[in-house]
Amino acid sequence: MSNNSLVSISDYSKEEILSILDSAAEFEANPNRKTLDGKVIATLFFEPSTRTRLSFETAVIRLGGSIIGFSDAATSSSSKGETLNDTIHMVSSYADAIVMRHPLEGAARYAAEISPVPIVNAGDGANQHPSQTLLDLYSILKTQGTLENLNICLVGDLKYGRTVHSLIMAMSHFNPTFRFIAPDELKMPEEYKIFCKKHNIKYTESIELHDNFNDADILYMTRVQRERFQDLMEYERVKNVYTLKNEMLEHSKPNLRILHPLPRVTEIDMDVDASEKAYYFQQAQNGLYVRQAIVSKVLDNVPII
Amino acid sequence: MEKKLKVAALRDGTVIDHIPADKLFKVVHILHLDTCDNQITLANNLESKKIGLKGLVKIADRALAENETNKLALICPDAKINIIRDFEVVEKRPLILPDEIREVVQCANPNCITNHQPVVTRFIVIKEDEQVRLKCRYCEREVKAEEVKIK
Repeated sequence: MSNNSLVSISDYSKEEILSILDSAAEFEANPNRKTLDGKVIATLFFEPSTRTRLSFETAVIRLGGSIIGFSDAATSSSSKGETLNDTIHMVSSYADAIVMRHPLEGAARYAAEISPVPIVNAGDGANQHPSQTLLDLYSILKTQGTLENLNICLVGDLKYGRTVHSLIMAMSHFNPTFRFIAPDELKMPEEYKIFCKKHNIKYTESIELHDNFNDADILYMTRVQRERFQDLMEYERVKNVYTLKNEMLEHSKPNLRILHPLPRVTEIDMDVDASEKAYYFQQAQNGLYVRQAIVSKVLDNVPII
Repeated sequence: MEKKLKVAALRDGTVIDHIPADKLFKVVHILHLDTCDNQITLANNLESKKIGLKGLVKIADRALAENETNKLALICPDAKINIIRDFEVVEKRPLILPDEIREVVQCANPNCITNHQPVVTRFIVIKEDEQVRLKCRYCEREVKAEEVKIK
């Protein structure tokens, strides 16, 4: 097994998180380097995720590495019944590192146990997606100048949304104050509130979005998914209540920035896009630099700064 | 008198004592005693000063494997294991949960890799505030010890 794998954000210490963010800033200043010249990176996407895959593949190509892999399990040997164990063994004999997306939770940890080359988890079911968390942190750092002592509002599906759960864990190093804004059906699960109490993280809970983020530095919106609701009328009601509109930003702080892991549906109105507080498209772009930093780190190939 | 009888009746083997009465048949199930060829004596609803009503299992000529004592530690942590040789109790073994449990527990998350691929399950045992929870090493979900599915 390779110890360099990145499976879960909790695999990284505060220092490792900060060093990834430092190195991402270097890549942003100069994204085209040849530090991975001659390296082969496999991108194994057992379920499609075009956004994440293109971001990782661009990261590798801009560093001079090459890509092998597949973008959908239907075109891979797993559709013939090959076990993940066999696929990982086969691919690791070709590639220097493996970026993997899998629909089953725990697939990345298992792959990291059996693989002789590092595994980067690009999402395992509803469990972990650490490169998303690191790009969220990078976006917060870039827009606020610091990660310490920030007011962060998390909005929408706080029950099933893995990005918000991982963000809480990652931000626990930096003394944040959270406000959890969600309908009753999608409230923050108890285990994350216990996590906050244990780490002395202040939080409040609310079901109201309107006028409820005027003291926030970061407004982190997530998608409220229709399939989470048993009562579709309830979904229609909630969907409209949690739509952010430009006029709602009137009393917000000047340094407020709006993040969203994307894709968005109705939770951010298009009229917000023109606001200087809208940051979700730059956030997605930041993913490229953060993924350059991640791939370099797992290969022990961080350029000397 | 009663105590003497239940231990003395076994020449060599294992006695599991102080099983809560409502857990006896769960113990039968997880140790697969229904398909075990050894001589087995079961007793239930015996009076116990410690736990009210208790159950008891005697299995002749069989020692429990580590896997099996781990299972017992999950469902009846206060039960006592007595090893009998030549009618004598030669060892009283308390049930202790290890820091990690391999293989015997099935992950409750239907979307966990361990329920779809030939992966040996591994759970981290978290003991906190008198409560024991198991955390799947793979999907990272936690479940209370009394709610685990035992294979």
